[in-house]
Amino acid sequence: MSQALNYLKETPSQTAGPYVHIGLAPGAAGFQIFDKELGWDIAGPDAPGTRIRVKGVVRDGTGAPVKDVLIEAWQADANGIYPHPEDPRHAQVAPGFRGWGRVITDFDTGVWGFDTIKPGPVMGRNGRAMAPHINLWIVARGINIGLNTRMYFEDEDNSADPVINLIEQAHRRETLLARKVSAGHYLFDICLQGDGETVFMDI
Amino acid sequence: MKPAEYYQRDRLWQPLAHVPNYKTSVARSPRQALLSLQGSMSEITGPVFGHDDIAPLDNDLVKNYAKSGDPVGERIIVHGRVLDENGRAVPNTLVEIWQANAGGRYRHKKDSYLAPIDPNFGGCGRTLTDENGYYFFRTVKPGAYPWRNWVNNWRPAHIHVSVFGAAFAQRLITQMYFEGDPLIAKCPIVQTLPDPKAVEQLIALLDMNAAIPLDSLAYKFDIVLRGRRSTLFENRLEGN
Ligand SMILES: [Fe+3]
Repeated sequence: MSQALNYLKETPSQTAGPYVHIGLAPGAAGFQIFDKELGWDIAGPDAPGTRIRVKGVVRDGTGAPVKDVLIEAWQADANGIYPHPEDPRHAQVAPGFRGWGRVITDFDTGVWGFDTIKPGPVMGRNGRAMAPHINLWIVARGINIGLNTRMYFEDEDNSADPVINLIEQAHRRETLLARKVSAGHYLFDICLQGDGETVFMDI
Repeated sequence: MKPAEYYQRDRLWQPLAHVPNYKTSVARSPRQALLSLQGSMSEITGPVFGHDDIAPLDNDLVKNYAKSGDPVGERIIVHGRVLDENGRAVPNTLVEIWQANAGGRYRHKKDSYLAPIDPNFGGCGRTLTDENGYYFFRTVKPGAYPWRNWVNNWRPAHIHVSVFGAAFAQRLITQMYFEGDPLIAKCPIVQTLPDPKAVEQLIALLDMNAAIPLDSLAYKFDIVLRGRRSTLFENRLEGN
């Protein structure tokens, strides 16, 4: 007999379902219960950097907006520092910068949006810098395991980004680029399936 | 611990994206292959929560929305540990839950099931694990409810569970089911899991040792998040 490895198995995912708001955004479900809902302020009022607003729609394979989606964002501050103990520069993270937020879509239109600051470049593997990006995690009814992707900015130099360059089909790289619609305003639509399907990642 | 990657997700253990028997997944599942990334700073970090973020009663669903008395239903404790695949505790991590009331009705403006709203039950709670990864909630057992998939589908009693872990790569939402429920085997959402052993991992066992005599039953539900390597031999991340 051989030895046993004895690793545990990761708990299997299940869909967040249509009522995810009750747990993660009860105000949107229609009631007030907690003193403080979490995730509504990514950057805080004092963090330096360019203030931006990102808006978008998540579309399903028929092109219809997904109206019950919840998206979480995780990003570095304007200097590319994550507020997490494993970022070697985390002691210098911008004051009040949380880096994390969650947004839900409007139940009628499917539009979501959040305010934050534009992140700086982040160190990647093997010393290769990654272009500024916001990590996104998308859950909803019908999504059995949360979908990870990244939002980059079309007005940054993304040509050397090691993750974008992993995408074999060059035309799909643009699915990760937020469009600048005016100063400080970006549009980032996510397509779950079909033409223009967003590149999702196994992270 | 030095920055190191998390073990890759076992995609043969996790649910498939496209499961036609769960109809909503048909149009909401990517058709292209996922892009596999090795962990970078963006994946091995994640939000940190503290006791300032939550209130002491947030994990008590019997009391946290009570207006004129306690909610209707079977009083239960749900408790367990958050561990990683190496069996190590995940301390100080945020666990959030939401559920239907004892009649199977959600307090949500989009839920129109005919079972009544319970005026004393909100249906959500949250807590931080302690230094040993332990957490607990007090609540009432949720009821089963019908849903529009095939015309006569019912969800088994379940509690939705959201866990963060220490890294964005560990983020997980799942559902906890209850030992002995005959609806589990019939549920198209449960059946998104390709491996029957994975289903068992979502079924909490009745735990009489944690029950409070003459007050509440208990169910034990351990949650396992992705583990991580302890050693990096090459492809070192910058900055460690
Ligand atoms: Fe549910």
